[in-house]
Amino acid sequence: MSTLDTTMATETGGHHGPAKGIGRWLFTTNHKDIGSMYLWFSLLMFFLGGCMALMIRAELFQPGLQLVEPGFFNQMTTMHGLIMVFGAVMPAFVGLANWMVPMMIGAPDMALPRMNNWSFWILPFAFAMLVSTLFMDGGAPNFGWTFYAPLSTTYAPPSVTYFIFAVHMMGISSIMGAINIIATILNMRAPGMTMMKLPLFCWTWLITAFLLIAVMPVLAGVVTMMLMDIHFGTSFFDAAGGGDPVLFQHVFWFFGHPEVYIMILPAFGIISQIIPTFARKRLFGYASMVYATASIAILSFLVWAHHMFTVGLPLAGELFFMFATMLIAVPTGVKVFNWVATMFRGSMTFETPMLFALAFVVLFTIGGFSGLMLAIAPVDFQYHDTYFVVAHFHYVLVPGAVFAIMAGVYYWLPKWTGHMLNERMGRLHFWLSFIGVNVTFFPMHFIGLAGMPRRIPDYALQFADFNMVATLGAFLFGFSQLVFLWNVIACVRGGRKAEARAWEGAEGLEWEVASPAPYHTFATPPKLPESLR
Amino acid sequence: MSHARYYVPEQSRWPILASIALFLLAYGAGTLMNALSADQGGGLGVALLLAGALMMGLILVGWFGNVIHESRSGLYSEQMDRSFRWGMSWFIFSEVMFFAAFFGALFYVRVLAVPWLGGEGEKGISQMLWPNFSAEWPLFNPPDAERFPGPGAVISPWHIPLLNTCLLVTSSFTLTLAHKALLKNARTQVRRWLFLTIVLGLIFLGFQAYEYVEAYHELGLTLQAGIYGATFFMLTGFHGLHVTLGTLMLIIILGRVLAGHFDARQHFGFEAVAWYWHFVDVVWLGLFLFVYVL
Repeated sequence: MSTLDTTMATETGGHHGPAKGIGRWLFTTNHKDIGSMYLWFSLLMFFLGGCMALMIRAELFQPGLQLVEPGFFNQMTTMHGLIMVFGAVMPAFVGLANWMVPMMIGAPDMALPRMNNWSFWILPFAFAMLVSTLFMDGGAPNFGWTFYAPLSTTYAPPSVTYFIFAVHMMGISSIMGAINIIATILNMRAPGMTMMKLPLFCWTWLITAFLLIAVMPVLAGVVTMMLMDIHFGTSFFDAAGGGDPVLFQHVFWFFGHPEVYIMILPAFGIISQIIPTFARKRLFGYASMVYATASIAILSFLVWAHHMFTVGLPLAGELFFMFATMLIAVPTGVKVFNWVATMFRGSMTFETPMLFALAFVVLFTIGGFSGLMLAIAPVDFQYHDTYFVVAHFHYVLVPGAVFAIMAGVYYWLPKWTGHMLNERMGRLHFWLSFIGVNVTFFPMHFIGLAGMPRRIPDYALQFADFNMVATLGAFLFGFSQLVFLWNVIACVRGGRKAEARAWEGAEGLEWEVASPAPYHTFATPPKLPESLR
Repeated sequence: MSHARYYVPEQSRWPILASIALFLLAYGAGTLMNALSADQGGGLGVALLLAGALMMGLILVGWFGNVIHESRSGLYSEQMDRSFRWGMSWFIFSEVMFFAAFFGALFYVRVLAVPWLGGEGEKGISQMLWPNFSAEWPLFNPPDAERFPGPGAVISPWHIPLLNTCLLVTSSFTLTLAHKALLKNARTQVRRWLFLTIVLGLIFLGFQAYEYVEAYHELGLTLQAGIYGATFFMLTGFHGLHVTLGTLMLIIILGRVLAGHFDARQHFGFEAVAWYWHFVDVVWLGLFLFVYVL
C-alpha cells in the first residue's frame, strides 16, 4: 500500500502549481483554471454578440434600409440572441460557480474535475460551429433565437442543421456542468456547513443546476423534432400531417421559461453575497431567500405559455398562465425586499461591486415590473412582439444578469488575481454602463407601447427619434465595456495588493484563503470560521 | 474515513479529445443530413461522422479505463462514491426529461392538436383548412394525405409489444437477482443472472427490429406517415437506442465481473448500469401504455 499512498500524496497533494504552457489549459482538472476559461470565453462571446447588437442598432439609427440587407439583419438578431444567452450569460455564471463554489463550501475542487473540463471545452467547438454558419450558403440561422417552426423548419436556410447540432453540444455541456455543480454542493461541503448555512450564491446555483438538468433535455428534444421534420419527413410541427406548429412553441417555452430563470437566479445569488458585504450587515431573511428562490424555480415550470398569449390559446389557458405568472412576483418581491432590508441602517460604502449591485436591484425591478405588465393577457395582445418586450427582457438581462456578472467579477477579482481593482476605472465603467443601458433600453418601452414591432430592420417615421437615442445609448454602452476589459487586464497584471479578506465586510470561507487563492485550496476540509458556525 | 482526501485527478487529455470527437460527430452528422436532403452524396459527412464515432469510442474506452484503474487502485473514497452516485442520478433525471419532451408532444397532439384539427372546441376554427378531416387516434388519415399518407395499420399491442414488456420486466428482475448475488459474493450466480439479463435485452432488440421491418414493409407505418408515425418512431426509437446502450453497458459490466472486478462492498459501476437499465424499463412501461395500448 505504500506506493499507493505516495501516488495519493502526489496526485492530490496541494503543493504543486499549474502545469506550464498551453497544456495547462487544454488538459486541466483545476476548477480555478476552468472557471477562468469559462469567464474569458464568455467575455469573448459578449463582445462578439455585442458587435452584432451594434450592427442591429446601427441599422435602426434611422428609418429606411441603410447598412445591411434585411436577411442579414435577421441573422444578426438571431445570432445576437443565441450568442448572448448560450455563449455569454450562461458560461459566465458557470465560470463564477467553478471559481467560487468549491472555495465557498470548503471543497478541494469540483466533484468530477475531468468532466468539468469537458463541459468547458465543448463550448468553443459548439460556438465555432454556430458562428461558422454565417459563412455558409444561405446564411446563418435567421429565424430569431426562439427559432419558431415553421420558420426554422420549412423556411429555414440549410445551416439550420448545424445550428441544431450546436444546440445539442451546448446542451451536453450545460447538463454536465450542472450535474457537477449539484454533486459538488451536495457532497463536498466542509463538515459543519449544513444546507441552511450555505452561501446564497451556492443555493441559487444549486437550484439553477436543477433547472438546467430539467430543461436542457427538453431543448434537445425540441431541436431533435425539428431535425426530424426537416430531414426525415416527420410532421411534428406540420398540421398537414396532424402535428401543430404551436406544439413547437409549447415545448420550446417549457424549456425557455426556466431558461430565463437560469440566467437570473445565479445573479440573485451574487447580489445576495455583495450587498451584505458593503452594507456590513448579515443578509436579511436568509431562509426566506432560499425558499423564494425555490418557489421561483418551481413556478417557472408552470408559466411557459405566457410567451404565447396571442397564438390562440383556449381561454382557460390564458387565465391560468396569466395568474400563475403574476404569482412569481411574490417570491421575487420577497427577494427585493430582503436586499433593501439588508441595506436598511447598514454602514454602506459604494465600491464598484456595490454600485453594480445597487443598479441591479433598481433596474432589475423595473424589468420585473414591465414583466408583470406583459403577464396581463389582454394587455399583452397590444405589447406582443413589440419593442416593449425587447425593453423588458433587456432590462432583466443586461442591467440584471450582465450587471450581476460584472458585480461578481469586480467583487471576486481581488481573490482571483491578488490585486485590488482600479476603483476609479471601475466607477467610470459603472457610470458609463449605467447611463448607456438606460439610454438604450428605456426609450424602447415607449416605441414598443406605440406599436413598433421587433425584429424588423425598418420602421415608421414616428419612431425615429427614440430609435436614434437608443442607438446612441447602445454605442455608449458597447464601447464602455472596453473599460471593463481594460480594468480586468490591469487587475490581472498588477495593482494594490489584496488582503485575504479583500473587502472589509466580507464573510465566508472564500475570504479565509489568501489572495490570490492558491492553485489548490482546501485539500483537506477546513474548520468553519466563527461567523459561519 | 469519510473525510479522507478527495481524489482530484491529474491533468487529463480525455476531455479535449472528447470535445474534438463530439465536434466531428456533430459536424459530420450535419453535413451528411444536409447532403442527403439536397440529394447529394454524403462523402465528407460520412467520413467526418465515422472519424468522430471511432474517436469517441476509443476515448470512452480510454477514459472509463482510466476511471476503472483509479477505482481499483483504491484512490476513491466513500465521498467520491457519493459524487458518482449523485452524478448518475441526475444524469438519469436528465434522460427522463428528454423522454418527457416526446411524451409531452404525444399527449399534446392526441388530446389537443388533432381534435382541434377535426373541429372540436374553441380552436375548431382551424378545420377550415381541411374541412373533410375527421379526428381519430391512431391517425390513419392525416389532413394532407398526399404529403403524409397515413399508416395502413398500426402495431397491435398484444403481440410483440406485450412479449417485449414481459422480456424487459423480467430482465429487471434478473438484474436485481444478479445484484443480490453480488452482495452475497456469489460470483457464479452474478455471471449467470447478468448473462440472462443481456440475452433478454438482445431478444427485446431483435423483436423491436422485426417490428420496425413489419411496420415499414407491411403496415405502411413510417416516419412520413403523419403524426402517429412520427411520435411512434421517435419514442420507440429513442427507447430502443437506450436499450442498445444499456445492453452494451451490461456487456461491459459482465466483462468486468469475469475479470474479477467488483466486490460486495464496492461496485458502483454495476449499480449505475442497473439504475440505467431500470430507468429504460420504466420508460418502456410508459411507452407500452401510451403508445401501444391506449
